[in-house]
Amino acid sequence: MLLHKAVLAGLVAGLFAAAPALSQQKVKIGFITTLSGPQGVIGNDMRNSVELALDHLGRKMAGLPVEIIYGDDQVKPDVGKQVADEMLKKHQVNFVSGVIWSNVMLAVSPTVTGAGTLMVGTNAGPNQLAGKDCNERHFTTSWQNDQTPEAMGKYMQEAGINDVYVMAPNYAAGKDMLNGFKRYYKGRIVDEVFTRLGQTDYQAELSQLRAKNPKAVFVFYPGGMGISFLRQYSEAGLRGQFPLYSVYTVDELSIPAVKHAALGQLETRYWSPDLKNPANQKFVGDYQKKHGRPPSFYGAQSYDGMMLIDSAVRAVKGNLADQKGMIAAMRKADFNSTRGKFSYNTNHHPIQNFYLLKAVAGPSGKDPVMEIQKTVFANHRDSFYKECAMKW
Amino acid sequence: MKPSPRTLVLFAVLALLAAVPTLAAAFNQPFYLDLFRRIMIFAIAAASLNLILGYGGMVSFGHAAYLGIGAYAVGVLAHHGIHNGWLQWAVAIGGSALVALVIGAVSIRTSGIYFIMITLAFTQMLYYMGISIEEYGGDDGIRVAKLSQFEGLIDLANPTAFYYVVLALLAVVLLLVHRLVNSRFGMVIRAAKSNDARTRAIGFSPYPYRLAAFVIAGAICGLAGALLVNQTAYLTPEFMNWTRSGELMFMVILGGIGTTAGPLFGAAALLLLEDLLQGWSLLPKLVHNFWQFYLGIVLVLVVLFAKRGLAGLLRGSKDGADG
Amino acid sequence: MILIIEQILNGLQLGVMLFLMAAGLTLVFGIMNLVNLAHGALYMVGAYLATYFFQATGSFVLGVALALAGTLAVGILTELVALRTLYERDHLDQVLATFGLILIFNELIAMLWGRAAIYSALPEYLQGHLEIAAGLRYPLYRLLIIVVGLAVAAALWYVVVRTRLGMLIRAGASNRTMVAALGINIRLLYTVVFGFGAALAGLAGIMAGPIYAVQPGMGELVLIQVFVVIVVGGIGSIRGALAGALIVGLVDTLGRAFLKPFLATVTTPTAADAAGPALASMLIYLLMAVVLALRPEGLFASRG
Repeated sequence: MLLHKAVLAGLVAGLFAAAPALSQQKVKIGFITTLSGPQGVIGNDMRNSVELALDHLGRKMAGLPVEIIYGDDQVKPDVGKQVADEMLKKHQVNFVSGVIWSNVMLAVSPTVTGAGTLMVGTNAGPNQLAGKDCNERHFTTSWQNDQTPEAMGKYMQEAGINDVYVMAPNYAAGKDMLNGFKRYYKGRIVDEVFTRLGQTDYQAELSQLRAKNPKAVFVFYPGGMGISFLRQYSEAGLRGQFPLYSVYTVDELSIPAVKHAALGQLETRYWSPDLKNPANQKFVGDYQKKHGRPPSFYGAQSYDGMMLIDSAVRAVKGNLADQKGMIAAMRKADFNSTRGKFSYNTNHHPIQNFYLLKAVAGPSGKDPVMEIQKTVFANHRDSFYKECAMKW
Repeated sequence: MKPSPRTLVLFAVLALLAAVPTLAAAFNQPFYLDLFRRIMIFAIAAASLNLILGYGGMVSFGHAAYLGIGAYAVGVLAHHGIHNGWLQWAVAIGGSALVALVIGAVSIRTSGIYFIMITLAFTQMLYYMGISIEEYGGDDGIRVAKLSQFEGLIDLANPTAFYYVVLALLAVVLLLVHRLVNSRFGMVIRAAKSNDARTRAIGFSPYPYRLAAFVIAGAICGLAGALLVNQTAYLTPEFMNWTRSGELMFMVILGGIGTTAGPLFGAAALLLLEDLLQGWSLLPKLVHNFWQFYLGIVLVLVVLFAKRGLAGLLRGSKDGADG
Repeated sequence: MILIIEQILNGLQLGVMLFLMAAGLTLVFGIMNLVNLAHGALYMVGAYLATYFFQATGSFVLGVALALAGTLAVGILTELVALRTLYERDHLDQVLATFGLILIFNELIAMLWGRAAIYSALPEYLQGHLEIAAGLRYPLYRLLIIVVGLAVAAALWYVVVRTRLGMLIRAGASNRTMVAALGINIRLLYTVVFGFGAALAGLAGIMAGPIYAVQPGMGELVLIQVFVVIVVGGIGSIRGALAGALIVGLVDTLGRAFLKPFLATVTTPTAADAAGPALASMLIYLLMAVVLALRPEGLFASRG
């Protein structure tokens, strides 16, 4: 019985001792993403891109070695927050980066910034953090969530497309996409259909769609939902009948699963693998060489995240205690981004171009690829920066 | 009466938990304060589930619903500017009890597989409702900027103070459940679990007793929910996801069903195991990337071969519920 | 009018898919009193094997046959290794052990095929549409699913009602001990029944592959709906599984299609917009609660 107590005590002491010792000579970055479950495919892409970025940097920033710690949020905000806590308190990281999901970001970011550490988000861009809850320690290398559907709204408005049928899953992101779309699209919307989160069968909704006979269809179906929807849309013969526009539905991760069902798809995005600038060509080329397929935008953003952090560390010459200096450096966005030149708005969200992308046939019978067709927005600001109190 | 080995270990663990804040400060590892506090909150939830599942034999797959209701009670009131902790927690407990009454009234009429399914279905309904309510962020959730306020008494923003509050509540809950199952009320529940027909034959209708136990379990879990939302400082419908119910059930069985100490051992074991499998960088890539595989194997093995759980490794007291 | 017919057809097709999953599961529930949460994993295995074998052999039909055999093998293996000990155990143990199996299967698939969804091809001759009525063009593949499902239902009916095996199954569902006492090899019967169930789940997965996303965890999305079907129909009853599946399929489909427009006639459009989708998501659970409140054993319960 005493043995049990001793074992228990030893275990507890061991846990405490197992924590790594504090070191001022390294740049420690915590990267939170989803590594388990079906969405782990996104986290994988982000991790691959982070590793590639660090390799390109020679695993050093301003001469200091970089230590990267990955955490899995399991798509749960409370787990994400615990992972962030662990990175801050146990590993004592200098930066926290990553985060795919808006709800996880809304739990993680205040935790990180509240602890006085810099947060470099590389995907989720909830409007709260771009607006009233903006924080000088929070930066994002992706976008504000609404910007992407806003671009689609603008394109369809300018193209004079009327009678649009809109579909999205019934959750916060779905509603945000629709709101962003309607901010710039002023034409007639035939119907707004919200489906159950995680729904697999869309036959009923497709029948309704056909009956309504719209001129165009705009959807937001991320992940597995998009794959199911696209297959069924295509097999229902609707591809030829109604042009399909979308955001965050067709990307380099889902194309291998839908193949020709994606052909002709039109999406808006701030980046594409075929964007011609040196940083992007190097990133995409090396990624393709190493992993046998093009990277996704999730990866591009994460790559940029590492480069942004590097630019900050270099600007203060490795003096990580000079946070003000690092913030000032990051605001300049003085690094070679995969999207080309961009600048930061007062709310630390990018002012950047948005393009219309089309899924076209790949080289010699391979999977379709996304290609830029035209620029929809040049230097687009998000719609929430005015609510942000920061001025600089 | 000489306490059993199991009881002694339980007290030892509680004593160790009481020492965690001091140890954490000494080793400069404040993260462990948060980790163990989280473990204790889930231990409270697991203890409530153990009441109906371990002792009562009611396999409720919907227990996470009460975590959600307790959390929402606090979060929603805070969102509308009501920060009084007494009021928030009272609503959390009362609200959960009420919902448990409604769900229990319908579900307990069924048994076996039907009971499992219907409790699961109710939780799913609540989950989808939570996602749909935009006012409270839907599935984005909302931040709880100001924790439950207990004017002049305790400041939950102080991690150590909050820690001791949770520890005290855990001890109270464990004692409460222990007393309950050893009372006449508890006897009927346990009798009905082992032989429903015979219980009826001696004149007890299990239904009201089961319902009462279900409501009490819901209320306690609501308290855990209130604590959890303060711990996370964030409200999300994910608290009500059915897989979380599965996690709670695992804690109960891992720790040892039908024992007082089980829920605490189980919560600690599961959460520490998860943390270890994911975080320990010394583990090979193959384990890291697929840690749920190994978790699954551990769970299956425990169910098949170590049914009596961690608490079952220790000898329990002969008289009393542990056994 | 055409739209309503089309939606009814959609509901039937969804119901039939659910039936394929539910039939196997209800047999296992009913005969062996085994709560098997890992049933969805067998559905996933079927989808992955079909995709793999179609790609490897180039023949859809051969791929389907091999996938069926493969899922059957996996099912029987699982039964022999992991599930045998669970028959004697209580429901809690079964729930937890099979929950652990879900994790194991999902991760195994992820180890072999990666976490990304894979492409499940549909052969040329199964693509396209059929004009079944004036102005109603329905996807050929969906019609095939309805036909296959109904054929399986008929075959199951025949087996259960007209053959000796079916008699054993029905007897085992009513009184397991008696059947064993009469000298029947219960263990073998259980393995056969489980194999049946696994093959049915695999068939559902095979059919689902070309139209749903094939990725780890795909089984869990459908599993909860299948539970609702079984509970509504009554555990242990194939007839119940079919009735339950068709009811759930129709209610869910018609709810998704018509609930919001219907609500818009009785309340304001904005309220309908908000409540419609939410209610539609919860509709099948409400249905289940109502059925259980009125008939706690389901509509066609086979056991007294």
